Amino acid sequence: MTINGWMQIALFCVLLILIVKPLGGYMTRVFNGERTFLTPVLRPIEIGLYRLCGVREDQEQHWVTYAVAMLFFSVAGFLSLYALQRLQASLPFNPAKLGPVDTDLAFNTSISFITNTNWQSYTPETTMSYLVEMAGLTVHNFLSAATGIALAIALIRGFARRSASTIGNFWVDMTRCTLYVLLPVAIVAALFFVWQGVPQNLHAYTNATTLEGAQQVIAQGPVASQEAIKMFGTNGGGFFNANSSHPFENPTALTNLVQMLLIFAIGASLTNVFGRMIRDQRQGWAIFAIMGVLFLVGVFVTYPVEAGGNPAFAALHIDSAASALQTGGNMEGKEVRFGIANSALFTTITTDASCGAINNTHDSLLPLAGMVPMVNIMLGEIIFGGVGSGLYGMLAFAIVAVFVAGLMVGRTPEYLGKKIEAKEVKMSMLAILILPLSMLGFTALAVVLPVGTGAMENAGPHGFSEALYAYTSATGNNGSAFAGLSANVPFWNVTLGIAMLMGRFLFIVPMMAVAGALAAKKIAPASAGTFPTHGGLFVGLVIGTILIVGGLTFFPALALGPIVEHFAMHAGVTY
Amino acid sequence: MLNQIRPAILMIVALTAITGLAYPLAITGIAETVFPHQANGSLIERDGKVIGSSLIGQNFVGAGYFHGRLSATSGTDPKDPTKTIAQPYNAANSGGANYGPTAKPLIDRVKGDAKTLGAENPSVPVPVDLVTASASGLDPEITPAGALFQVPRVAKARHLSEDQVRQLVTQHITGRLFGLIGEPHVNVLNLNLALDALGKG
Repeated sequence: MTINGWMQIALFCVLLILIVKPLGGYMTRVFNGERTFLTPVLRPIEIGLYRLCGVREDQEQHWVTYAVAMLFFSVAGFLSLYALQRLQASLPFNPAKLGPVDTDLAFNTSISFITNTNWQSYTPETTMSYLVEMAGLTVHNFLSAATGIALAIALIRGFARRSASTIGNFWVDMTRCTLYVLLPVAIVAALFFVWQGVPQNLHAYTNATTLEGAQQVIAQGPVASQEAIKMFGTNGGGFFNANSSHPFENPTALTNLVQMLLIFAIGASLTNVFGRMIRDQRQGWAIFAIMGVLFLVGVFVTYPVEAGGNPAFAALHIDSAASALQTGGNMEGKEVRFGIANSALFTTITTDASCGAINNTHDSLLPLAGMVPMVNIMLGEIIFGGVGSGLYGMLAFAIVAVFVAGLMVGRTPEYLGKKIEAKEVKMSMLAILILPLSMLGFTALAVVLPVGTGAMENAGPHGFSEALYAYTSATGNNGSAFAGLSANVPFWNVTLGIAMLMGRFLFIVPMMAVAGALAAKKIAPASAGTFPTHGGLFVGLVIGTILIVGGLTFFPALALGPIVEHFAMHAGVTY
Repeated sequence: MLNQIRPAILMIVALTAITGLAYPLAITGIAETVFPHQANGSLIERDGKVIGSSLIGQNFVGAGYFHGRLSATSGTDPKDPTKTIAQPYNAANSGGANYGPTAKPLIDRVKGDAKTLGAENPSVPVPVDLVTASASGLDPEITPAGALFQVPRVAKARHLSEDQVRQLVTQHITGRLFGLIGEPHVNVLNLNLALDALGKG
C-alpha cells in the first residue's frame, strides 16, 4: 500500500460524490417529462419514435402491463441479437470474414446482453463481426441499461404516488432514458476515449512487422463507441477478450478513472432521483450512505491484500515491495499502467455494480481479494449496483429491514409513509431468495458433473471458486469471470444462460408487483412512533440485514473456495 | 397485453438504427476527422512500414532489446490449424494466464524465470512485473524498476556503457498524471526504438 494509492482512491470518491446531485437532478427532470437543455434537439426524435411505434405518451400503465411490455421488449431484443449472430457471415461490416456463431453460444450471448450481464463465453476479436458489435451488442448495451433504469423509476413512483393504479409508461421511460441520459453521455465519453487512444474504425485488422521482424496482427474496430456505453450502462462486455485491461479499451490511467466513474455514475445518482421524487432528499442520501459504507469495506479488503503480494514469491529472490520505481504487490494478471491500487479499486467497483468489465484478471487475485467481488455480487449488486437494478435491489433489502424493525417493536412497519404489509415483504423476499437458489444450485450441479469440472483451469479450491464465481456472476447479471474457466461448451452456455434469465426476470417481476402494490396505498403522515429512515440507525439496520442474509446464505460456499485457499496459500500448499 | 407486441418489435428496429448504426458511424466519422492517429490504433511506421502500435506490446526476445511483461496469449498453430499453441503478444487474441495464486504451474513458471533473470543481473532482486503475466497479454509497458533491471544485459549486447543505456531508460519514464493518477511506467517499444536510433547515431 502507498499513500499515493489511497489518494487515488480518495480522488475517485470525491469525484463520485460531485456527480450525484447534478446527474440526479437532470435524470429526475427527464423522467418527470420536464424540459431539459437537450429537449430542442431530442424531442422531435422522441415524438417520431412514439408515432412510428404506436406509443401513446400520455397513457400510463398498470404494473402488469408495464412488466409485460418490458418482457416483450426483451424477447424482441433476444430474437434480433440471436439472428444477427447466426447470419453475420452474410451481412456487411465483417472484414475478418468470421463465420456464423454456434447455436449454444449465440443463445448464451443473446441472453447475456439483453439481461445487462455481458457474460462472454467467447473471444470477441475472433468471433463477432463489426456489425454484431455495433447493431447487436452496442444496441443492447443501451437498451438493457434503459430497461433497468425504467424499472427503478417505476418502483420509485410506487413509493411517491398515493392511491394510484399506474406506475408510468414503459415505452416512454425506456425511450427517454436512451435518448436523454445514455446517448449524450456516451457520445462525449466515446470521443474522450478516442482522444486518449481507443481505436474507432471499420478497417480490417492491421498487419505489422515488429522490430524483431515477427508478424503481429493487431485487432481493431469501432471500439470507443461501445466502450463508452459498456461502462455507463454497467454492461461490461468487452470489445476484446481482455476487456478493460486491453490497452485499446483502456489505454491510460485517465481513461481508467473515467471508466470507473462511468460505472457508478447512474447507480449513485439514482439514489438522488429517489430522494427528489419522494420529495425528501435525505432518504436518498441514507441509501447512498448504505452503499458507500459497503463499497469502502470492499476496497479496504482488496487493496491491502493485493498490495501484500503472493507469499509464495518471497523465497524466490523477487522484489514485490512498493517503491518509487514500481508498485510491487500481486502483479500476476495486472497491467503496469494501473498497478495495484487502481486494479483493486476497479475490481471492487465493477462487482459492486453489475458491470463486470475487468482491468485485471480476477482469477489471479489473491484468495481474500478474489472473495470480495464474489461477495459483492452475492449480496445482489446493490452497492450502487447495476443501473436501476442496484436501486430496486437495495429497496428490496430496505423493505425487509423495516419489516424486521417492525417485528422488534411490535408495530406495522412503514417505509416513506407506506405501510409495508405481507405482500410487499413476501415479494421482496422472493426476489432476494432467487439469487442463492440459482448461484448455489447450479454450482452444486457443475461440481458433481465431469462436464462441469472439466472446464476448470485451476485445481483444488480455486477450481471450485471458478465455478462458484461463474454462476454468481451470471445470476447477478455481472458478467465478470474467473476466466480460466473454459465455458464455451453447451453445458456451461445453457446453464449460465438460464442463471442469467433467473437473476434478471425472476427478480424484476416480484419487484414490479411491489411497485404496483405500493402505488395503490395511501401515504400516512409521519407521527412520533414513525421509525425515521434517513438516519444512522436505519443505515446500520439495512447494512445488518444485507450482511446477515448474504453472510448466512453464502458463507459455507465461500469457506470451500477462497477461504480454504487463503489458508492453503499461507501454509505453502500448491495445486 | 398483446398490443404491447407492436411497439416491442418496432422499438428494437428503430433504436437499433439510432444506437447501433447512426451512433457508432457518427463517432467513427468524427474520430477519423479529429483524431485520425488514435482512431486508427496509434500505429507507428518506420521506413514506410507499420512496425506496430505504441499501445500494443511486442514479444521482444533478443538480448539487445528491452523485454516486456510475460504474455499468455495463444494462437492457431501455423502447421496444424486444428491446434492452439502459445503465441505471446498475439494482438488478435488478447487475454491473461488466469492462474490462481496457489496454482503449481504458476509457481513453477515464476521460479524458472526468477532463476534465469537472476543470473542476468544478480546484484538486485528481480522486479515482480518481469516474472508475472499481464492481464491483457499485450501490456506495452514495464515498471521503471523492470527497465533498469535489464540495463546490464542490453548494454553488454549492444556494446554500450551501462550509464548510456540507463540514461535512455530514465528519459523514457512516464510519471503519474498530475503527479497523482496512475503508476510510473516505461513504454517498451518506444524505448527499443530509441535504442535502435542510438545505435545508428
